[in-house]
This record gives sequence, structure tokens and C-alpha cells, in this order.
Amino acid sequence: MAKDIKTTAERMAMLPADIPRDAVIVTRNLKREYVMGSEVVRALQGVDITIRRNELVAIMGPSGSGKSTLMNMIGCLDTPSEGEYWLNGHRVSELDDDALARIRNKEIGFVFQTFNLLPRATALANVELPMVYAGASGKERRQKAEHALEQVGLGNRMDHRPNELSGGQRQRVAIARALVNNPSIILADEPTGNLDSATSVEIMALFETLHDQGQTIILVTHEPDIAAHAKRQIVLRDGKVESDGSTLVEVSA
Amino acid sequence: MMIGETIRVAFQSIRANKLRAMLTMLGVIIGVAAVITVVAMGTGAQRSVEARINSLGANLIQIQAGQDRFAGVAREGGAPLTTDDADALLREVSSITAVVPEMSRNQQVVSGNQNINVSVVGTTANYPDARNYTITHGAMFTDGDNGSRQRYAVVGSEVPKMLDVPPAAIIGRTITIRAIPFEVIGVLSEKGSQGWQNPDEQILIPLNTARYRVMGTDRLRSIAVTVAEDVPQEQAMVDLERIMRREHKIRPGGVNDFQIRSPREFLATAEETTKTFSALLLSIAGVSLLVGGIGIMNIMLVSVTERTKEIGIRKALGATKIVIMGQFLIEALVLCLTGGALGIVLGWVMSQVVSDKLGWTTEISPTAVMVAFGFSAFVGLFFGLWPARRAAGLDPIQALRYE
Repeated sequence: MAKDIKTTAERMAMLPADIPRDAVIVTRNLKREYVMGSEVVRALQGVDITIRRNELVAIMGPSGSGKSTLMNMIGCLDTPSEGEYWLNGHRVSELDDDALARIRNKEIGFVFQTFNLLPRATALANVELPMVYAGASGKERRQKAEHALEQVGLGNRMDHRPNELSGGQRQRVAIARALVNNPSIILADEPTGNLDSATSVEIMALFETLHDQGQTIILVTHEPDIAAHAKRQIVLRDGKVESDGSTLVEVSA
Repeated sequence: MMIGETIRVAFQSIRANKLRAMLTMLGVIIGVAAVITVVAMGTGAQRSVEARINSLGANLIQIQAGQDRFAGVAREGGAPLTTDDADALLREVSSITAVVPEMSRNQQVVSGNQNINVSVVGTTANYPDARNYTITHGAMFTDGDNGSRQRYAVVGSEVPKMLDVPPAAIIGRTITIRAIPFEVIGVLSEKGSQGWQNPDEQILIPLNTARYRVMGTDRLRSIAVTVAEDVPQEQAMVDLERIMRREHKIRPGGVNDFQIRSPREFLATAEETTKTFSALLLSIAGVSLLVGGIGIMNIMLVSVTERTKEIGIRKALGATKIVIMGQFLIEALVLCLTGGALGIVLGWVMSQVVSDKLGWTTEISPTAVMVAFGFSAFVGLFFGLWPARRAAGLDPIQALRYE
């Protein structure tokens, strides 16, 4: 982090000229290949997408479409075999593991299908965790975590452990955790996959509220209902972008 | 801030698995406790040997009749120690402060209707001083008593009990040694048993009385010599040997027919024995610590596997390799150091039990405590390293998917 002294604007200025200056995510000919036994699996076969600040985007596609691989790539959990990826001006495609960890910490808020909270830690401690790795002081951590929990409507559940919370509440804790470091993007992987439909609607409403407040949100889902909350849907098939735009009928929450 | 957080997490995960943590620590606890107890026993044994030898008189050199060799065959009684030897030593060796000849034999001693068999020692008036005794009742016989072959007896502290008489009441009594009546004029202070021989079960009589009236010989069992404080014992021993060889007319190259021993030699032997014993037990303790360390490694590997998902979450949220490694290393370290601390307590308790129940002197050595604690920290780091590296190296995608 110490060597990264440039501001976002300065970093953006160094990007190729044809990239919009408010692009948070830019991929160019992104490819990812896996070797499975003797076979080479081409999970991504050249993906070009650009996502601008304050967009709410759904990435869709059937299983095997490369959706998960793209999500891992966007989430800086994996690096491409070929092609380039800029996240908020950082050229992620050439970073090592520890640099990726720092980028994840600073730029990305993850929301998972299975919530992925630490079971033994309270809601507050779970939300504080990204700030622990960011090196924030105890006081700052507590203040920001409380604020984030209030934002998702869990101000009165801070000292509860995950097993004392409902599914919807757990996902709210996860969203608070994703928000707390003020990331460039929130990356939600099937965020309603383990929730009943009523709770799903609440969670989607929360995402929309955050979007209205200026947050960039990427939803990875295979459910059209959920994708319909987004103004823009990117559909993958066989490792390529099949369609990109507002093709689906919008369903209001 | 991160270190504090990491330590907190380590304690949290240990608390979550109390029984497992306890069993894991057991190896280290036993190892550390063993080290501390063994060293405490060793140190205590050494101290008590030193104390005993000092009570016998650390400056005391003992000359004993050895075996006379004739044509390579050891014979008994070839060249005895005599009162002449004792006189010669006192006359010729300037570093000597006192010469105490001792002529002793087990004798039948009768007092009233009591009949005991004890060692009767014919010696000189300086015996109590040279051998660190005091007189608890009555008085020691004098050089004058020796010269005039008085039938006076000074008894060891056990003798009144053996004769069933209170120590104070034995003064002035008449006892018979080989049917010769003696008046008891003093009682010696207590020394405590020295193993196979109890110095408290003896009766001192004047040397000349023993020589001319009881034993009828000038043969001595031993000559004890005290040396001036400022003279090196080794040098005094060389002087003594030279005079003794001359007195016994041993040709150059000839074998000594006497033995010169100093309590320091016994001390050295005792120390050697203690060291060997301690080294043996310490190596067992070391093995226990090693096994404890392997136990910790084993459980840490299990812990890494169990918490794969947690590691994935932490990595996704921005934990770097070094942070994950630190977390597991500190956890192993906390296990080992907690085990070490408990081991120290257990070792202390065991040392107390040993000294209370077995009556052994024990002394907790601060060095042993520090070494044991340091070693358990080393065990934690060493055996925690591999599991920690394994945790740090996990792929976050795989780890997040792990159920």
C-alpha cells in the first residue's frame, strides 16, 4: 500500500485513452485457462467489459458459462491467463498474491451466497475484520463498524453471533462488512441464493438503496428476477459475453 | 494493533476447543514439569551432598591403610598405619593444623542390663574440632586424659538412645567396653546417617587408652589431617604422600601401601553421579517435549484443515500471507507457552511433593525455569511453522468453497 501513492484520478489518467475516466472495472480480452488432467478448460475466452462508477450491473449466465471465473477475476481472487484488468485504476492483472489481498481489502466488498461470516465472532467483530487487515485503530474500527451496521438496519444486533441471527440478518451483516472499508465496488455472488423470497426482496431493496447512495454494485446471479433489479445485465455463455445491456424486463421490488 | 488482535483470536480459538487444547498441551506440560523437577532434585541433591561433606569437614584429608602388594598379589595387613605415622606427619608437614589418629573396632558395650555393639574409636582430643562435632552434654576428654590413659568415654548422639538413657543422664555413668569400665563424660552432637555407616553410633575413648588397655595395638584405621585454610589441598596431599612414602620406605616407582582421600573427591564423584542422573532424566524430558511438539503440530494441521473456510474468508477480506501465518504461529506459540507455564507450576508442585514426601532436598533453579520456558517457545515456533505455512499458502477460491 505504501508504494501506491497516486490518487484514483492520477491512476485513471494513466489508463489507455479510450477508457472512460469514471470506469471502475475495465477488462480487455480477458482469458482464463485451467488445466484439468490432460484437458485444458477455457473458462474465459476473451471478455471485454467496462463498468462505470455507480452502476448496478448483473452478471448472468448458466453454469459453465464462466460466470464464477469472471467473478473471481473481478474480485481479485484469481489472475487472468491472458488479457488485462484494471480495477479503479489498478492494473490488477499483474499483481502478486499479497498485493491482490491488499486490493481486495481496499477496493472490494464481497457478499457471498453462504454469507461467510466467522461463526465465533459477533456481528460487530465480523464487520470490523476488513478494517483489522487495513490496519485501522480499535476506536476507528468500532465507530465505522457500528455505522455500517446501522446503515443495514442492524444497530440493535451488534453483539449477536451469526447463529443468533436469521438468514436475512446474516446477509445484512455481510453487506455491512462489505461496506465498511468504503470499497470501489460491492461484488455480490448470488446474494439471495440461500434466502426465502420475502427476505430476498428486502436484501435487493437494500442493494438498491446503497446504489442510490452512489455505490457501484455487481451482482452475479443466475436468477432473472434478481438480475432484473439491475439496469444493465451482462450475459455470459461459453466464456464469452453473449449480450450486454438492458435486455430484460425490469421487475420492481 | 494487528498482533494484539491475532493473540486475541488465538486465545478465542483455544477457548473454543478447551479439551483438545488441554490434551495438546499435555506433552509440553509434562516435559517442562519433568525438566524443572529433575533439575530441582539434582540441584537439591548436590546441595545436600555439599552440606554433608562440609559437616564432615571439607578441609579434612583422610589417610587409610591400603593394600600391601607382594609379587603382584594384594595381601592384608602388610603395612599398617601406626601412631608413628601420625607423629611423623605432624612433625614434618608444615601446612597441617591438626592430626587426628583413629583406631577403631566394633566392641561389645554394656551399661546396666543393656548390651550393644558399636564402633569404639580411640582418638585424640582434637577429634570433635577436626570433624565438626560439638559437645552437647559434658565435655571432651583432654590431651592430659590421653596421656594418662584415662578410662573416659565420649559417646555419639545415638548411643544414649541405644542404651535407653536420656542424654543428660548418661554423663557420669559407667559403661563397660570389653569388660573394662569407662566413665561417660560427654555426648557428641548429631550428624545424621551417612548411608551405610552412622557416625552417631560410636564411642570415643582416648587413643592411648585404646592402644594400651582395650585393643592392644598401635595400628590405626585412619589418620585424619586438617590443613590450613590458605594451603591448596592438592599441595598438602602431595606433601602428605611424600612423608608417608618415606615413613613406609617405599622405593621410587613403588606402589603406595596407603590411600589419601579428601572429601572434595567424594564431592566430585557425587557431582558426577548427579550429573549423569540428571542428563539421563533430562533426555527423557527432552523426548517428552519433542513428542509434545509433534502433538501440537498434529493438532495445528487439523486446525488448519478445519478452518479452511475461515482462512478463505480472511483472505478474501484482505489478509495477506504473513497475517495468516502469524495467526497460526501465534496460536501454536500460545498453546506451547501456556503449556510451559502450566508445566512450571506442575514442576514446582512436584518438587514440593518430592521434598515433603520423600524428604529429598529440592531447589528450583531459575535457569531451568527459563530454559524450559524458552524451549517450549521454540517447540511452538518450530512445530507451528509448517501448519502456519500451509494455512498461508491456501488458495482463497478453493478455501472459500471448502465445506
